[in-house]
Amino acid sequence: MTVFGFWLYLMTDCILFASIFATYAVLSGNFAGGPSGHDIFELNYVLVETALLLFSSITFGFAMLQMYKGNKGGVLAWLAITWLLGAGFIGMEVNEFHLLISEGFGPSRSGFLSGFFALVGTHGLHVTAGLIWMAIMMYQINKDGITNTHKTRMSCLSLFWHFLDVVWICVFTVVYLMGVL
Amino acid sequence: MANAHNSHGHDEANHGSVKSYAIGFILSVILTVIPFGLVMYPTLPKDMTLLIIVAFAVIQIVVHLYYFLHLDSSKAARSNVTSFLFTGLVIALLVGLSLWIMFSIHTSMMAK
Repeated sequence: MTVFGFWLYLMTDCILFASIFATYAVLSGNFAGGPSGHDIFELNYVLVETALLLFSSITFGFAMLQMYKGNKGGVLAWLAITWLLGAGFIGMEVNEFHLLISEGFGPSRSGFLSGFFALVGTHGLHVTAGLIWMAIMMYQINKDGITNTHKTRMSCLSLFWHFLDVVWICVFTVVYLMGVL
Repeated sequence: MANAHNSHGHDEANHGSVKSYAIGFILSVILTVIPFGLVMYPTLPKDMTLLIIVAFAVIQIVVHLYYFLHLDSSKAARSNVTSFLFTGLVIALLVGLSLWIMFSIHTSMMAK
């Protein structure tokens, strides 16, 4: 039941992202004399970010499989790898934002950049929240072992993490690939 | 969170396996690399490329939903699938109608 409730929360989160995607789509042509996606997006860089997130999805899956086996060490190890991959993704995103802003292409430059920072930033905040949650789970599982409560929490976090990867598919397709095309 | 044991009511729920995660992962890699390649090294006409990257994104979303989020035809997943389909309808209306309205306004304003 708890996990289904969390699923319903994720469905509302889908609607949040859909609203921001619609906003981005409407604003995406308003460059106000500033740069377009073709000028500022580095697809090599985005491909590495995508790879980090995709790897972190499968490693989280392996953490869940270890959890059902009752292997505490395995869960902690896979969670640690997942956390590092997620942190790598966020590090790369922060770096990308920092470079754009330092070149004068911050969210206030144009409608397109406002939409870009709102959309990609909201996804990044979600991933950051997931990382904090994951760190807490590692602490709790290390302390108490794999209890039923922790299994429920891990099931919710698993949905959250995989859900964010699904949102990222939409981000790299709509923002980066269509932006450069 | 207090009544955590309730979530184990349906034991037939699909937890996946190393094999199913690996299949999902390999399919995702293929479905990611091809659209990136088509945009980074343009070989096809633009509208064709656009069609392909959108189609690949939709297929990859389905792959993730099935292999990672375990949405399938099992009884345990039924309420998740139902709520997801309803959300999909809401999203289609929200995004589709917003874009329709905004681009219609845009076109009308330009026509003046």
